[in-house]
Formats: sequence, structure tokens, C-alpha cells
Amino acid sequence: MSTLTGTTWETVIGLEVHCELATATKLFCGCTNAFGHEPNTNVCPVCLGLPGSLPVLNEQAVELAMKIGAALHCDIRPSTFARKNYFYPDQAKDYQISQYDQPINADGWLELPDGSRVGITRAHMEEDTGKLTHVGEGGRINSAHHALVDYNRSGVPLVEIVSEPDIRSSAQARVYASELRGILVATGASDGRMEEGSMRVDANISVRPAGDAAFGTRCEVKNLNSLRSLVRAIEYEAARQVALLGRGEVVMQETRHWDEAAGRTDAMRSKEEANDYRYFPEPDLVPLVPDIEWQARVRAGLGPMPADRRAGLVAALGGSATDAEMDQVRSVVDLGLDALVSAAHEAGASARLALARAANEVAAAGDAGLTLDPGAFAALISMEARGDLSATQSKAVLTALVESGGGNPAELARQMGFEALSADTLSGVVAEVVAAHPDEWSRYMVGDDKEVGKLTGFFTGEVMKATKGKANGKEVAAELRRLRV
Amino acid sequence: MSSAHETAAAVRSGSRSAREVTEEALRTITARDGDVHAFLTVLADEAMARADVIDAAVSAGEDPGALAGVPIALKDNLCTRGVATTCGSKILEGWRPPYDATVVEKLRVAGAVVVGKTNMDEFAMGSSTENSAFGPTCNPRDLTKVPGGSSGGSAAAVAAGFTLLGLGSDTGGSIRQPAALCGVVGMKPTYGRVSRYGLVAFASSLDQIGPFATSVADAALLYDVLAGHDPLDSTSLPMASPPAFETIEKGVDGVRVGVCTDLIDGCAPDVQARVRQAAEALAAAGAEVDEVRVPEFAYGLSAYYLIAPAEASSNLARYDGVRYGLRVDAEDAAAMNTATRTAGFGAEVKRRIMLGTYALSAGYYDAYYAQAQRVRTMVMRAFDSAYASFHVLLGATAPTTAFALGDKVDDPMAMYMNDVCTIPSNLAGHPAVSVPFGTGDDGLPVGVQVLAPALAEPLLFQVARVVEAAA
Repeated sequence: MSTLTGTTWETVIGLEVHCELATATKLFCGCTNAFGHEPNTNVCPVCLGLPGSLPVLNEQAVELAMKIGAALHCDIRPSTFARKNYFYPDQAKDYQISQYDQPINADGWLELPDGSRVGITRAHMEEDTGKLTHVGEGGRINSAHHALVDYNRSGVPLVEIVSEPDIRSSAQARVYASELRGILVATGASDGRMEEGSMRVDANISVRPAGDAAFGTRCEVKNLNSLRSLVRAIEYEAARQVALLGRGEVVMQETRHWDEAAGRTDAMRSKEEANDYRYFPEPDLVPLVPDIEWQARVRAGLGPMPADRRAGLVAALGGSATDAEMDQVRSVVDLGLDALVSAAHEAGASARLALARAANEVAAAGDAGLTLDPGAFAALISMEARGDLSATQSKAVLTALVESGGGNPAELARQMGFEALSADTLSGVVAEVVAAHPDEWSRYMVGDDKEVGKLTGFFTGEVMKATKGKANGKEVAAELRRLRV
Repeated sequence: MSSAHETAAAVRSGSRSAREVTEEALRTITARDGDVHAFLTVLADEAMARADVIDAAVSAGEDPGALAGVPIALKDNLCTRGVATTCGSKILEGWRPPYDATVVEKLRVAGAVVVGKTNMDEFAMGSSTENSAFGPTCNPRDLTKVPGGSSGGSAAAVAAGFTLLGLGSDTGGSIRQPAALCGVVGMKPTYGRVSRYGLVAFASSLDQIGPFATSVADAALLYDVLAGHDPLDSTSLPMASPPAFETIEKGVDGVRVGVCTDLIDGCAPDVQARVRQAAEALAAAGAEVDEVRVPEFAYGLSAYYLIAPAEASSNLARYDGVRYGLRVDAEDAAAMNTATRTAGFGAEVKRRIMLGTYALSAGYYDAYYAQAQRVRTMVMRAFDSAYASFHVLLGATAPTTAFALGDKVDDPMAMYMNDVCTIPSNLAGHPAVSVPFGTGDDGLPVGVQVLAPALAEPLLFQVARVVEAAA
């Protein structure tokens, strides 16, 4: 909300999220559905829209669309396809096959981590277009010398998830998009990679005086390629509309383009948006009526959703979590690393320690972390929790485990020379260090808590140096306390 | 030339070579197609090579199939790998499909020899083949007359004796009407019986591929080769197709024939007289013949001329100059689209694209496209009530015999009226066949149309065979 000339304004947001389905092949032909291949290598008469070609619906795409619908608590319905007619060079047939008035999924909801719900109007199937690259004069559409079209993306299956206008802030929009992404990944429908265009977000934004029941005139903002863009664009666009209304002007309903570099939205040329799409039923396809058994199989096959998995982790922590731990829980679930924590917890190791290692060290390893063997991770966390390894040693072993995808952590620790020091050896080293630093020791003996804490750090560092990191910090502190009395 | 059935039998037994049959077809084409202009492309070398493959198979003791060595002409809207497929349009000039239509592949498997691609009204829009960008085809029975359309080239090729068989496509009568005007048999199967994969779309919910032949038996023989499920066409019926050829002589004993006055009364008197004679012949052969009124058929034409252009406006959008065919350069992509389509499409195609675009536009959809779909449903229900009392219906195929070239080119409505008797079957997705039955007062062929319910092709051919025998 923002205020201007005494009015408090409320932002109203609905999001349209396009999700590329992670199918093996395209929506209406057998071409490979893949990102990053040589241009125009995954093409055939169907996805090039050659005369005489006909679409055949991909069963796997229907199944993934139903999974999305089930995960978003939608009704899964008999549906049809329509043609959306408009001319554009990236569109092989100059029409897009899309579900229109009879979508496969409708009337669902998504629950945000704070417990609030955003309504899902529909989640329908459609085909993606090709990809245009403007060449020459800076690559902008209006100044390009010519354009190249890559039809590898033409016909890639999409599900468009349309929310109700239930979102009230850029922060909530971000949480919604992030939660939806987690759900899409959890269903196996998508890899959720915004940077590769697997998930694309358009935002319908309007503002109204707080307390008004009627919606203001909305603008649709396109080209939001990251969560950061989404947040910035909503904030910019809401402020723009509030400023217009504050000056007594009106908001025009239009499609606007987010310019990430300039940090602003611009109206698209009217020519690009003034389309009458002339939707009509696609005569080349028959109605899609997934039978009840198929729907039941899809629902039964759904794994736990991110919210369930977060709840599971909190339970493993003993039923409560600090704010910092909740951040770790969200991060671990978003990254799909929660199986590691659960495995460690089930093996009897500290869930807190496992959560911290997963949220920090494993997460930092990126994609490699996803292939880490949960059993090996659990074994390592158990060793660290028992004090067989110091934190430093444990992190080093973890790095090695992530690199190799798994292995025996005890064996790795031995190979790395991380034998735990015996209690006698540790006492001896601590005694030597204390003897070598009499001034610090005398201050330690009489110091207040703060001073003792500082000096404990100092002595621990010295012991670590002497033992090449093999000592356990907690045991060093305990030994120091023992010597003090 | 003998029949396709006899020719295939002779080639399969080795008593005649495919080479000899193909040479004869090519000789006839060379001699007379300069006058008729049935073909846009003659595939002489390819046909001879194919004939040799078939002869080699016979020599090796293999069976090349039901159409072994039989020359066939393909309408130029059927995709042929590496061979120009123009749809009678400048906009596709020079385009060579990288794939064969499913029916072309089926013909190959059956041993047929494709000798060429035939002329047609541009994108199958027309009833006289005068809307071809490559000049009209003349009716082989009278070169001053049109062959009908839009499959006029294939009808003329069979009528002229260039080939024993032809393939056409029928969206509103484009096989049956030229068959009637050229005096050959032309048949439209049930929608979904024959795969549309590789048929360049005009109006997807109406288009069906079907056979031309000189006899009902040959048409059934070819139909049997074409019919059957194709996973590449989602509207293809997922069921086996019962063979029609082997039951062709079953007769019409006990078959109830409804003589549909709504498919007769508007026709020229000589055409009406022939249909009545055909009805009498059926009764004489044992059919139970009675009159039936289906007044809803009168609305079919109006519904058709909204639905077909609406679908066409979308189907033809892809001819935009970006990927294949003609491109007329201009300052930006949108201007290039416009320049290409302005130069590449003929007047009738432009007229129908505009009609269809209008019918689908916001604010007009309900009044035009949606209303036409309701009429379509009404026509289907009217058929259902008629078929509650009759097994098949009988009517004229076209209102008149072949008209003079140039006669109706400036009067689109008069041209559209040619389809009035054939359109109802397309709207309902039902099979129908035109059988030559005598001549009109001008000595030109008249076609009698037999209509049957969905999937009743074997019965349709049986009835048609009796009509043919009485002609």
C-alpha cells in the first residue's frame, strides 16, 4: 500500500504463469523437447506448421497437466482445444493451439507459507511458439535489420496457470511465484528454471483506494524473467498507476513491457496488442476426456508438495523452528534437498545439524547437491554429531561426498587424515598450548564471560593449528574449562 | 483401357507388365492433356521407375498389392515427398513437401503408380477448376465446358482415360460434383475413414479424401486401400474399416431407398428425370423406394459458406512468406506477410479468407460461426430422422450438367449453388457417391448421388453398383 494526497492505495495483482512441461517430446509431434540444442534441429512437418500436417496430442503432457491441476486443488475436467489466430513469424501456423473456454483444470487454490490462499482460476494446456532473435542495430525489435526464427521451441507443451486477483503486494507475488515453482518441480511437471524460460510470469496489476470493493483498471506486464523482475515491475507499475490517479488521470488498460535495464514498464505498440484472436474450436483435435481411473492414478502418484515437506522438516526439528531455521527449511525444500535432512533425522542424527549442512554446504554446491546419496549424508552427520569429526573436518568430507555423489564418509575421513584425536592426545595438546601462552591463560583464568569466550576462541584456534584441524572445538572448550578449575 | 481391378489382376499374374500399362497412360496424357490440362505435374520418370519396381516384384514372386501397376492421378493438395504440391496456388509454387500424405504411402504399399498431380481450384475453393492459378481444366466430354471442381483435374484425368483411378478431396462436393460433370464415379467417405494427414487443409472439419474411378467396383477397390485408422490424424476413426469391394454385387433387395425431393426439385428438368429413372431402376432391382422430405438441407449451403471459410481463414494463415513458398519482400515482417498474401492468393481464396475472418470476429462469432454450427447440428439431426426410415437416400449430385467455361466466374453465388446437393453429407460427415446415369439434353453426363449414414460405405457401394448397372 502507498499513500498519496491522503488516499491509501491497495495494489491488486493476478499472475499468469507459463510453465514448460518437462515431457520427452513436444505437445503435438514426436520432436524432442529440449533446451539449448542447435537452432531448428528438433523440428518436423507438424511443429513447422507445414501444409497437410496434423497435431496429435501428447499423453505425457496431459498427465503432467493433470498433476499440476491436482497439486493446485483444481477440478480436472473434460476439455477442448481452440485456435488462437494471430500473425507472428515465431508462430509456425500463424495460430496457436490452446485451451480456451474449456480448460483441463479449473477452480483451484494455492496456499502460501503464511497460510493465506490464492485462487487458481484455471491451468490450461497450450503450445509454445518458436523463438525470435532480432539481428542488427542492437537487437531491439523496432530497429533490427532482420530476425532469425528457431522453431525448436515451437510446439513445446505449456501449462498456463492463471491466478485470481488475490495477491496484494510485490512480496506476496514473489512468495506465490516461488511456491508455485516449488509445486511445479515437486509434481515433476517442470524443472522451474526461469532463466531458461521454463517458467515465465506475466502480472496483471491494478490499484484501488484501500477499502474499495471494485477493481481499478489493470495493466498486463510482460517480460518478467526473474523473481527480482517480478517484484521490481510490480512496484514500478503500482507506483506509476498511483501517480496517474493522483494527478487525476486514468489508467489505460493495456499490455506493458518490463524493461529490466531501465527499471520501468513501457506500453507495447498498440499494433502488437490490438488483436482479435478469433478463437474457435480446433477441428484437428478431438475433445480430451481423461477417464476417472487415469485421474485417480495421477492423484495417487502425486508426491508430497513443498508445504507438506516444510511441515515434515519442522516436525523433525521437534515441532518448532526459529526464523533463521525457517529460512533454512524453505531454502532446503525449494532446492529439493529435504530428503537429505529427513534421511539424517531418520538415522538418528541431529536434524538441526543436517538442516544447517544441507542449507549451507550442500546448497552451495548447486546441482551437484541434488545427486548426493542421502545415506552417505546421514552417516556423515551422525559422525559429526557424535564428535568423530570436527565441524571443519565434516565440511571437508561433505564437499568430497558431494563431488563424488556419495561414498563412505568414514573411509573418506580416514583418507583425508581426519582421525578423531583421542581424549589423551587432545588434553596433551591443550596443555602445551596453554603453557605456550601464559599471559592469555592468566586472563582466561580471571576473565568475565565475554573475555573467556574470546580467549576460548583464541586457544581453540591454536589447538586447531597444532592438530591441523583434527580437534573438536567443543571438546577443546571443555578441556579448557576443566583446566580452569 | 480395362478396369483398375482387371489391370491389377493382370499385373499381379504377370500377364501384363506395369511398364506397359504406365507407358500407355503416359502416351495418352502426352497426346491429349494439352487440350484437357488435367495435370499440373506429370511424373513420367518417377512413374516408369515405380512400374519397374512393381514388375521386378512380380518377377521375384512377390505380390505388389491390390492396385499393382494401376496408374493413378493425385489432386495437387496431397503432399508428395520431393514433388511440387501447389494446391493450384501461386503461393505454394516451388514448395516440395518433405513427406508423403498417408494416402500416398498407402497407394505405394498397394502397388499403384502415381503418374502426376492434377489441377484444382486454388486450395479446393471452387466448383469449376477455373480458380486454379495455373489455368483451367477442360471437360474431356466437351472441351468448352468446365470439368466441375474443385477436384476437376483428377475427374478429367479419369474421364479422359489418362488414368484408371484418381484421388480428390471433398469439402462440400469437390469429388462428387466434378465426377458428375465428367461422367465418372466419385465418392466421399465418412469423415474420419480416410486419414487427412498430408492433405493440405481447406476446412478441416469437412475435408475428406476419396476415389475417382470409371466404375463403382474400381472406386470401392481404391476406397478399401485408402480407408483405415491413422495415428497421425486425431480425427481418424480408431476402428477397422470393413472392406467394400467384396460385397459390391450384393444387390438392393429389401434396401429402403429414400428419394430425397430436396436434393432433386431445384435441379434442371433433365437432371431430375435421370434421378427419377435411377429410383425406378432401384425399385425394379428389389429396393423399397419412397419419397422423403428433408427441408433442413436448404440451410446447409448457408451454414457451409460460413464454417468452411472460417476454418479456411485459419488454415491458410500459415502462407505468410516466412518459411516456404512465395515471399514478396517488404520493409517489415507484417508488410511482407501482406505483400506475399496479396500477390500469392487468387480472388476466390481472398474472398473466403475475408468471409471467414469476419464470421469469427469478436461481436460476429455468435451470429455467424456459432449460428452456422447450430444449423450444422440441425442438418445432422434431419439426416438421423430420415435414416430412421431409410437405409440410403437418393438425389442429384449437381443441379445441371457441365456448364461453359467462363459462365459463372463472375458470379460467386451462382458458382456456390453447384454444391447445394453435396454439402449436406459434408456437414454431417456422411459418405456419398456420384454415379454417372445417362446424359442431359445437351448430351453431357448426369450424376446421380447416393447418400448413406456414417460408416455405411459397403451398403453405399452396393446401391451405387445397382444404379450403375441400370444406367
